[in-house]
Amino acid sequence: MAEPFPFTAIVGQSEMKQALLVAAVDPRIGGVLITGDRGTGKSTAVRGLAAILPPLRVVADCPYRCGPGDSPECCPHCSSATTRTLGTGPVPVVDLPLGATEDRVVGALDIEEALVHGRKRFEPGLLARANRGFLYVDEVNLLEDHLVDLLLDVAASGENIVEREGLSVRHPARFVLIGSGNPEEGELRPQLLDRFGLSVEVTSPDDIDLRVEAVKRRESFDRDANAFHATWAREQQRLARRIAAARKRLEAIEVTDMMRRAIAGLCIKLGTDGLRGELTLIRAARALAALEGDTTIAANHLRQAAPLALRHRLRRNPMDEAGSRIRVERALAEAWAA
Amino acid sequence: MSATSTGDDLRAAALAVAPALLAVDPKALGGVLLKGPAGPVRDRFIATLTAALPAGSPVLPVPCHVGPGRLIGEIDTTATLAAGRLIHDPGLFVRAGRGLLVLRSAERLEPSAAALVALALDEPGEGFGIVACDESLADEDGPARCLAERLALHLDLTGLDESAIPATEPEVVAAARDRLARVTVADAAVVRLAAAASALGVRSDRALLHCVRAARILAALARRMTVSDADAETAAILVLAPRATRLPQAAADPAEAEDPPPPPPESEADNPSDPPPGDPAVAEDRVLDATVAALPPDLLAALSAGKPPARGRSPAGRSRDTGAASARGRQIGTRAGDPRRGRLDLLASVRSAVPWQRLRGAPPSGARLSLRPADLRLKRLKNRKGATTIFCVDASGSTALERLAEAKGAVEQILADCYVRRDEVALVAFRGQEATLIVPPTRSLQRARACLQALPGGGGTPLAEGIAAACRLGVDTARRGRTPTLVLITDGRPNIGFGGIAGRDRAAEDATTAAREVAAHHLRALVIDSSARPEPRARALADTMGALYLALPHADSASLHRAVQAGSAALAAGVKP
Repeated sequence: MAEPFPFTAIVGQSEMKQALLVAAVDPRIGGVLITGDRGTGKSTAVRGLAAILPPLRVVADCPYRCGPGDSPECCPHCSSATTRTLGTGPVPVVDLPLGATEDRVVGALDIEEALVHGRKRFEPGLLARANRGFLYVDEVNLLEDHLVDLLLDVAASGENIVEREGLSVRHPARFVLIGSGNPEEGELRPQLLDRFGLSVEVTSPDDIDLRVEAVKRRESFDRDANAFHATWAREQQRLARRIAAARKRLEAIEVTDMMRRAIAGLCIKLGTDGLRGELTLIRAARALAALEGDTTIAANHLRQAAPLALRHRLRRNPMDEAGSRIRVERALAEAWAA
Repeated sequence: MSATSTGDDLRAAALAVAPALLAVDPKALGGVLLKGPAGPVRDRFIATLTAALPAGSPVLPVPCHVGPGRLIGEIDTTATLAAGRLIHDPGLFVRAGRGLLVLRSAERLEPSAAALVALALDEPGEGFGIVACDESLADEDGPARCLAERLALHLDLTGLDESAIPATEPEVVAAARDRLARVTVADAAVVRLAAAASALGVRSDRALLHCVRAARILAALARRMTVSDADAETAAILVLAPRATRLPQAAADPAEAEDPPPPPPESEADNPSDPPPGDPAVAEDRVLDATVAALPPDLLAALSAGKPPARGRSPAGRSRDTGAASARGRQIGTRAGDPRRGRLDLLASVRSAVPWQRLRGAPPSGARLSLRPADLRLKRLKNRKGATTIFCVDASGSTALERLAEAKGAVEQILADCYVRRDEVALVAFRGQEATLIVPPTRSLQRARACLQALPGGGGTPLAEGIAAACRLGVDTARRGRTPTLVLITDGRPNIGFGGIAGRDRAAEDATTAAREVAAHHLRALVIDSSARPEPRARALADTMGALYLALPHADSASLHRAVQAGSAALAAGVKP
């Protein structure tokens, strides 16, 4: 497949790009929900993400992309393999289209093997292909309920268990879930909303210059993709190095007790449910600090991370339209004033 | 009105060039959405477009029930069984090559198929274009938004005749195809189009990009090497106008016109009244003016009325499956059938073939089992049925205004409940002469809330129209595979009959007729009597409907909410009053 549009060449949408980078640095953050208008470069950004991520060390031929650190029993392929040779592969970005059948998502009996060789073999689905990468669901708010149930289950456990058609298969399915959608076309189920670590709202830029620049870049990409990639290669490499460095630095980022208290205070003030908001906020702030080359979490990291991590967790009157972003920012300002 | 005739002319000119435009590079534009019934105009459009494509380009019709496997490729089970070796079908995406896929009745395309087509259009590089035919009526769902959004041209062929689409010259199209890569577009032209897009509330950058591409192709067709103002105008008419969500501020906001006009800028007095051509500001106005003039009449009306244009309903829970024969969901059994029409249940197929093996003799070489097409079993799937609560609210003068506020409050609270249960809510209000669908079935709180807030009160009580409208919606909902519940909130004292005819007796008679209709369709219903004292007529109406009856004097929205909850629980349990 041809190279996707370079991530660094996307005009504007800095908050969305930042959230995706945070999730790329720390995949445990629990995914990103992107809400807003159509045609704002959501899928372009997600598809462009893989190109700036360091390639994965994988077990050669393993359809589940198991890594060198995974146990030999991790998946049907590795548990039956006699030797494991390692190779590298790109980080997968897999689209889960609306209305996909359950078979395509979880995997099913391999009809080809069954028909021709009379063998019962599992044909991995989209969840397997997304392992250790990104699973992108456009219009996640319109996803059918039985698929949402399935996603919730797998996203929580990091494992896909298939018990059907005489098959009994389990394989790792750890992925960063990226969802996009427009809440005006249907609301997201609360359980699924809670799954997302971060959320961002995107709007088309009203700035004419930005729109013109976006169109011009896209035009020159379409005209000569190779030349365009060459133009952006340095920028892409710089970002790739930043991500790789941030990943290395991540665990060493310090969180002071004072900062923890400030974060707890913020979450209490905003009345977010449970500890998930707090944990996600710490993780996101840490990833941001790592991206910026800092060694401790500072106020400015928190200020950037708080809207991403908390906006969708505010307990709200479902009818309340007051921007949750504004509430987060207000609480932040108060927390810092105090 | 002269502006209208100009608009018609502009639209006609744009439509005439559309087939050639698309034929130059179908993939670059995604394709075209053709609205209107099947007929000679549509056939003519597709034929004209086809004739302008490079010789031998595939143009493949796609039925609305196409499955994912047919699109992206799959194993041809029947051929494989017959041949005894594996036979792959590459799928329509591969077979379409650089040609066209024609989606007949795109509005009925399975959401899974629409999503796959949208993904295929996103693939970089060369590929096919889409002709999506949309035969939906005004109150029906249009094609999936993910698909419509990716098609640059949206054309309405309703009411046109064949002469609207003149023949194209294949040589001109071929020459344009060669020239296209060298056609440039000046930054100023892109700025103008971007300004027009912003002024018309076209938020998608994809639409703007499509518009710029269309302008370049138009220039290539006109043998120009740079995009002219006329190219930009036509492109904006074809791509931006159908997507407009607002009129440019000056025209849209009458309040603004009443504001004291700003003092004229100094320079205006100096400038001649006809600025020189080529002035960017003027050209920008020209593109925008032309686009506004060419807005489709119904869209223009909707925008002037301040309503957002009616878009297709969300495909959430949208299903034309009537229960058991669903294309998705959980398996509930098997049936015999063609695997290209459903999902093969291989184990069941093998099981059905096994008893016949001895009679059939040796299986084809290499195979262990002799399978015949008749052995094949398909999965029967069942989608979880969702519920839709349809409120039918009396918003007339006889219902005091605070009653209306209470009803609104109750609907909001119930919406919040439904949001958790993933149920849908719809609201029909009746007042004055007629009933209106205020909130189409939705799970979106934001949308429902916005619709509710706009609901006015006062006027006559056309109860019959209200019940009939709710009933129609209920039947339609059931057809979509959901379970409707009607909740009628009224004091049961109508004074307007069918067709807006005044008179209490006639109105009561018509209301009874409408109520009988509800009973005939076996719709679950609940009547909430909102009059100060229980009203025998409301009770009688409930009996006619076969509905549960609740007298609710002095309700506030919270007790109304509780009543509806209790009422629907009783309805669900099958309790009759």
